[in-house]
Amino acid sequence: MSSQTNNSSHNTKIKTRGEKHYVMIYTRYERFWHWSQAILIFTLFYTGLGLHGTHSLLDFQTAVVIHTYGALALIVLWIFTTFWNFTTGQWRQYLFKEGVLKVIRFYAYGILAGEPHPYKKGLQRKQNALQSMAYMAFMVLIGPALWASGIIYLVYDLWSGHSWSADGLTLIAFIHTAAAFLMGTFVIIHIYMTTTGKTPTHYIKTMMTGYDNIELTEAEIAYIEETHAIAMKDEP
Amino acid sequence: MHKQHLLAAKSSIRAGVCALMLLLPHTTQAAEDHSSQAVDSDMNFRIVEDTGPSIRDDGESTADHSKFEILQKNFNNGPEVTEACLSCHTEAGRHFMQSIHWTWEYDHPSSGQKLGKKTLINTFCTNAKGNEGMCAQCHAGYGWKDENFDFSKQENIDCLVCHDRTGSYYKTPNSTGNKACSIMFEGKKPIDWSKVAQSVGKPGRENCGSCHFYGGGGDGVKHGDLDSSLKRPSRELDVHMDAEGLNFACTTCHVTRQHIWAGSRYNVIAHDTEGLGLPGERRDVATCESCHSEAPHNYSSLVGIKLNGHTDKIACQTCHIPTIARGGVATMVDWDWRTAGKTKDGAGFKEKNYTQANGAHRATYKSIKGSFEYAENLAPHYDWFDGQMNYTTIETKFDPSQGPVEINGYQGSHNDGKSRIWPFKRMHTIQPYDKGNNTMVYMHLWGEDDDAYWGNYDFGRAIKVGMKKNNVPYSGEFDFVETYSFWPITHMVAPKEDAMGCADCHSREGRLADLNGFYMPGRDSFGWLDILGYLALGGALLGVLLHALLRKIFSKKLSQGGAQ
Repeated sequence: MSSQTNNSSHNTKIKTRGEKHYVMIYTRYERFWHWSQAILIFTLFYTGLGLHGTHSLLDFQTAVVIHTYGALALIVLWIFTTFWNFTTGQWRQYLFKEGVLKVIRFYAYGILAGEPHPYKKGLQRKQNALQSMAYMAFMVLIGPALWASGIIYLVYDLWSGHSWSADGLTLIAFIHTAAAFLMGTFVIIHIYMTTTGKTPTHYIKTMMTGYDNIELTEAEIAYIEETHAIAMKDEP
Repeated sequence: MHKQHLLAAKSSIRAGVCALMLLLPHTTQAAEDHSSQAVDSDMNFRIVEDTGPSIRDDGESTADHSKFEILQKNFNNGPEVTEACLSCHTEAGRHFMQSIHWTWEYDHPSSGQKLGKKTLINTFCTNAKGNEGMCAQCHAGYGWKDENFDFSKQENIDCLVCHDRTGSYYKTPNSTGNKACSIMFEGKKPIDWSKVAQSVGKPGRENCGSCHFYGGGGDGVKHGDLDSSLKRPSRELDVHMDAEGLNFACTTCHVTRQHIWAGSRYNVIAHDTEGLGLPGERRDVATCESCHSEAPHNYSSLVGIKLNGHTDKIACQTCHIPTIARGGVATMVDWDWRTAGKTKDGAGFKEKNYTQANGAHRATYKSIKGSFEYAENLAPHYDWFDGQMNYTTIETKFDPSQGPVEINGYQGSHNDGKSRIWPFKRMHTIQPYDKGNNTMVYMHLWGEDDDAYWGNYDFGRAIKVGMKKNNVPYSGEFDFVETYSFWPITHMVAPKEDAMGCADCHSREGRLADLNGFYMPGRDSFGWLDILGYLALGGALLGVLLHALLRKIFSKKLSQGGAQ
């Protein structure tokens, strides 16, 4: 019985949440990953467009060198990050969540009508449903299409001797180019979405400092206070 | 006493008269100015002003030929010198007689075609066959003027043309030809046979160059990457032959075994996958790879790795010979035989309206040959090449309506696994052919008779006699056909800092813009994918801007509403 009472009182406490705290929701590694990835993707996109012939602002050789080193760096980064995602359990952030349509409706209409965001950010729920879906697509479709085709492209010399190498290169180049266009499109929308917070720079600041002002459950507060596993402060 | 001397004296008188005849009616024409130079006749295509030898430093030879007793005598002619040579070099004659320099014949091992200057049609003076009196002055032998030449007599070998190291040896046509052409021997000092015989050594660049620089009928005419500027080239012109630097002789690369040279243009090793041999090995190829390997770029840099990755598809020459004919001597790119035969007051003439970078004036018209166009510092023609040349011989039937006839068409494709992109000099010519039989023709150009074109300017007769003399069926009707010939480029290798850059090919309008069937980064894109891609990028950008605008408008309305 007593345990039941405890349970119910515990449940009540959870329900009576509301206090907001500045908590580090993006750890140092996550921020490092995000921003170095951002720089690399910009570099790769810019040099890639040069190699594709879209612009000729860079000498071809320079573009090849930067693009190759950038790609190698990004591959290393992704290997570390995949490791990080799985060891920290953060990969769960990208799983499918309910309410995608609500979020879409919000961005299409609610945001203009002054409605609140339908999604509450939590310590274990850093991304809204649409975000999770977009990032998942980024990680399992666009990203792999780029790095897989990119790696095959990079080691062209290992398979250039085959009679199908010319057709193979065409295919690989096609996939790589198509995925790069998708990546570019993703980045444009992604950057724009960062301006949709409380203030246009709110999300960007969050991604830089790591701290966001979010509601915590008492259990979370207790856990943080007990373990100091997550940085928390009362002022921004 | 000296036959050559007498011949020279005799013809110089004739030449003087001839030149006077040519000159008199045209002295008012500016274009004729240069034809007044005595050494510059129609037929004297090798004007060598620099008669010194190139320096070939192989260290001191073990033999000083001036000390050999058998050479310390007065020779009257070449064959006498040759006999003296062969008295010590007892096997050299047998070896040399296997060489294409002697046989002018080549049986192609894979196509089975019978090639060689002895029979081939070319896109310049069209055929050596039947015109040996003139053309065989580049045969390494003495006296080949007709079909009676004895190829089995070793004393007919001309050792000196390759081995004279004084620079003073020269060859003249083996017959005098028509009076319109016999200005060949003037201004030449008679050959001092004893001196040249005692001064023999391994060939210098001018020895090989005395023929190979002048192929096609003049300095640099044929190849574009071989001309007299390579006698003493600068580093910029040829990093290997650089007279002040590496100073390679031709035979440094064109290695020899028993007087057979590596580096055939009839059977080209377009891709040497064997690369380096062990020290003392590989005396069989003239390829870049035989010294530099298949991976000559520095593996410690990304650019080096990437360049090494190109060597399976791109011949070294393609990047490292950025342009040809860049030593001051022009190469001929267009020859139109149709205009040949014009005369002024009954005499042939020429016009020299092209001045090349070294200041020499080049003929743009000659009555005996037609009209010419030249180019210098010229970007080569590029294509996939597996080393196989397919020749249009005198026997080959073609369809003249199918565009230019490729006299030596190359073979290769991007997906055969062995071809590489090679540079070629492409020569465009309009030359006579047998209209009835759709074959090329042999022309009788050179001769002392009335049928020789270089004398009577009559194509009909020259072809009829040329065909008959060589037992080739002729329909009796000729016309002109466009032809191409292709000369793989391999000399005039620039220093590495002058090699082509990536974007010379990897760009929309680059050097390889005309090659199709494969994807090349920087050159190619995927039409509709690009359109979709740019639409997506542009659409996203436009979409977010529109969204931002709406947000701005609505937030104003909302705040106004809130204020109310």
